[in-house]
Amino acid sequence: MLYLTRKVEFAASHYYHNPELSPEENRRLFGKCNNPNGHGHNYVLEVTVKGEVDPRSGFVVDLKRLKEIMNREVLDAMDHRFLNKEVPEFATRVPTTENLAIAIWQRLAPTLTNAKLHRVRVYENHDLFADFYGEE
Amino acid sequence: MKAYLNRRYRFSASHRLHSEQMSDDENRATYGKCNNPHGHGHNYVLEVTVSGQVDQNGMVCNLVDLDDCVQQNVVTRFDLENLNYRQEFASAVPTTENLCTVIYDILKREFRQAHLERVRLEETLFNSFEYARTEGLNH
Repeated sequence: MLYLTRKVEFAASHYYHNPELSPEENRRLFGKCNNPNGHGHNYVLEVTVKGEVDPRSGFVVDLKRLKEIMNREVLDAMDHRFLNKEVPEFATRVPTTENLAIAIWQRLAPTLTNAKLHRVRVYENHDLFADFYGEE
Repeated sequence: MKAYLNRRYRFSASHRLHSEQMSDDENRATYGKCNNPHGHGHNYVLEVTVSGQVDQNGMVCNLVDLDDCVQQNVVTRFDLENLNYRQEFASAVPTTENLCTVIYDILKREFRQAHLERVRLEETLFNSFEYARTEGLNH
């Protein structure tokens, strides 16, 4: 088994708000992240796929194809966007780093037919990142 | 759904690697420059991984709770200290391996809001150590 990781960066804004909580509870739980005008990050996304090396091509995955899928499913949808307002998943889910990793997995897993998705890692910044390995 | 949250912290500390169970010659041969009696220091980077089901707030755990716990129980304890003089290393050499397990045990005891998966400690840009008790490193 061999693992290949591709990294991309995207910039997006978000804020944290759970509509089931009162405004006071939201402020207490999410602090400054609850500001409805949002704030932004330079996210770094690492997508790791796994598989056996194809003896003919020497590839685990066609990197060009992986790049196209990541561009279409993630960057086109999320780069320079306000996640709460422009990415449908976050109409009902809080766009935390954890949920971002899950949403990106759910976008990539069905379209990545030529390799098996192993891990989605999303860095909100250098010191905070979330990993999702699919439903365990 | 289960996700893993990783958070990095920094602290600086000094240490000297010297084992009472070895002769001076053996210590010098084993630890080299790290056996210098006056000690030396590192800027450690601590990476803590916790896991759990993502709740309705989108969280594995509240980051403020994790930050407070690590700050109070690890960073404040070791930052700008000489590890050799700490009671945690009264009978153990303060290698980064041992520091890693000490920190893991502290956090396992103190942090209850999510499952502690592993502790990873960077001693320098080029050396890092990871520890997870019994269950092993799943990923």
